Amino acid sequence: MYVAVKGGEQAIDNAHKLLAKQRRGDTSVAELGVEQIRQQLPLAVARVMTEGSLYDAELAALAIKQSAGDLVEAIFLLRAYRTTLTRFSASLPIDTSAMQLNRRLSATFKDVPGGQLLGPTFDYTHRLLDFTLLAEGEFPGPEAQADAAVQDCPRVLGLLAKEGLIKEEQDTGAPVADITREPLEYPASRAERLQALARGDEGFLLALGYSTQRGYGRNHPFAGEIRVGEVEVWIEPEELGFPISIGAIEVTECEMVNQFVGSATELPQFTRGYGLAFGHAERKAMGMALVDRSLRAGEYSEEIVSPAQQEEFVLAHCDNVEAAGFVSHLKLPHYVDFQSELELIRKLRTPSKESAQ
Amino acid sequence: MNAATQPRPQAPRDEAYNFAYLDEQTKRMIRRGLLKAVAIPGYQVPFGGREMPLPYGWGTGGMQLTAAILGAEDVLKVIDQGADDTTNAVSIRRFFARTAGVATTERTPEATIIQTRHRIPETPLHADQIMVYQVPIPEPLRFIEPSETETRTMHALNDYGVMHVKLYEDIATFGHIATAYAYPVTVDERYVMDPSPIPKFDNPKLDMSPALMLFGAGREKRLYAVPPFTRVTSLDFEDHPFDVQKWEHNCAICGSHESFLDELILDDQGTQSFVCSDTDYCAQRVSQGRAVQ
Repeated sequence: MYVAVKGGEQAIDNAHKLLAKQRRGDTSVAELGVEQIRQQLPLAVARVMTEGSLYDAELAALAIKQSAGDLVEAIFLLRAYRTTLTRFSASLPIDTSAMQLNRRLSATFKDVPGGQLLGPTFDYTHRLLDFTLLAEGEFPGPEAQADAAVQDCPRVLGLLAKEGLIKEEQDTGAPVADITREPLEYPASRAERLQALARGDEGFLLALGYSTQRGYGRNHPFAGEIRVGEVEVWIEPEELGFPISIGAIEVTECEMVNQFVGSATELPQFTRGYGLAFGHAERKAMGMALVDRSLRAGEYSEEIVSPAQQEEFVLAHCDNVEAAGFVSHLKLPHYVDFQSELELIRKLRTPSKESAQ
Repeated sequence: MNAATQPRPQAPRDEAYNFAYLDEQTKRMIRRGLLKAVAIPGYQVPFGGREMPLPYGWGTGGMQLTAAILGAEDVLKVIDQGADDTTNAVSIRRFFARTAGVATTERTPEATIIQTRHRIPETPLHADQIMVYQVPIPEPLRFIEPSETETRTMHALNDYGVMHVKLYEDIATFGHIATAYAYPVTVDERYVMDPSPIPKFDNPKLDMSPALMLFGAGREKRLYAVPPFTRVTSLDFEDHPFDVQKWEHNCAICGSHESFLDELILDDQGTQSFVCSDTDYCAQRVSQGRAVQ
């Protein structure tokens, strides 16, 4: 009679073995190497690093391999590893205007200092399956210009700021909380919000950003600038007293320009939404920028009516590791609660003595 | 069943991780939170919940509290739905056996720490024991008021009118309070608290318990506590006093009429059978010769 609820230990062991078998697939096909994933699935690696909040392409690729390509699971693996790491320093803010650009575009100006740079992108590809990829072979690489000069590429929104047309961002100098160490409390600071959005699920932010475009909290966005490239990371150890570079990371930055109609005390101005992601992750950065701006509704005295404008709604639900965990926990046994509900519903369906009379 | 009920002695622990997985700073942060929680019974203390290697919703809050209070000499029992051998209980017990090398047991009286999901053991607890509850939604007012900012204010102002209105509406509509588990309680005549999704059958066991009760919600990053010998009352009305579930059946294995029974469906005709949800309680009664013949 107890068969139904016994045997947990053996079942778990067997499940792990079956999972390993499923992950490996047909053993007559060569095993996928972590370095292959890192080199040939860089966009998956970028997403796992971004939402896993850890810049380590090798570990992200390992997580993708271990999770058999389930990226939310890979993000979870990387996060669980990240928690165990010691923090030895906080970096200085990265300077994205000094970025070594791989791609840069502005939808607001035809030409900008430094120019537009299309770079590697799916944009303008025809989404036709390329059957030549079924076979392995050489690929025609781009022609590189060895003597190309590096140009200054000031940030587009900075140009607007010079004219006073865009709201200045104020750095209050307040210490920046770390939402992975301290619980998020509401109302959150913008720094905390941006941290949460940076870790947030790409699909969720994409959908919420999209909802603002369709009228749920509309705020007229333009892609002021999207830039993808490498930036140096600097730290300033206390015992040294001067900053040192510890390496470079690839990031995608998106700044949205949004309308602001002004108020009794302020002239009309443009405002900004900000998105940043590790690696090449434009969709994530754009979704994040749209949602960042819509969450600033309170700051600009806009009416808060739509989901994308509600801080608690967005921040409490944007984390896919939390969401996936809580949804998947429905697979755990709930016999006891369900038994209680069964008993209750039977009781509620029994006509009470008074109504029977 | 007999092999499994033997206590498992301390095992060599996995040295790749700190004792009980979490680093000492994190454990200290959690213990500080717990001290505050014990000092203000029923109050939800925010804490810097960490990502655990198990999914959110699967007991990460309870696991972090257990990790923070666990010592090398502790004897750990883990139950889910009252049973020691449900898959998630097995998984959590193994996690601590591996990372802390502590002894584990299925016997309620032998355990010093009992981590649980959805039940309180039938065997009365004693003063040397700590119960750790896994909590999905720590906020008892959440399904009435979704905003955290609002509910924190309501707790601060002792403004629990909406909860009583909700219970009253149940009575007006159904003739009963239509909450069967996670039934709200008042702790020490001050805070309204979610006792975690235990059946309301277990609520009376919280009142004046000699054991320390700790509650951890990992995803929501909240912890709270009921210290030993604290008044815990289930919300009710004078003319609709709180009562617990009763079964017309006895346990098909040990014959108990006092314990919480799980319903099993045995065949396509829907033939029911009822067995104790608390497997240790049931097994002990059987070993004392009370098996149903």
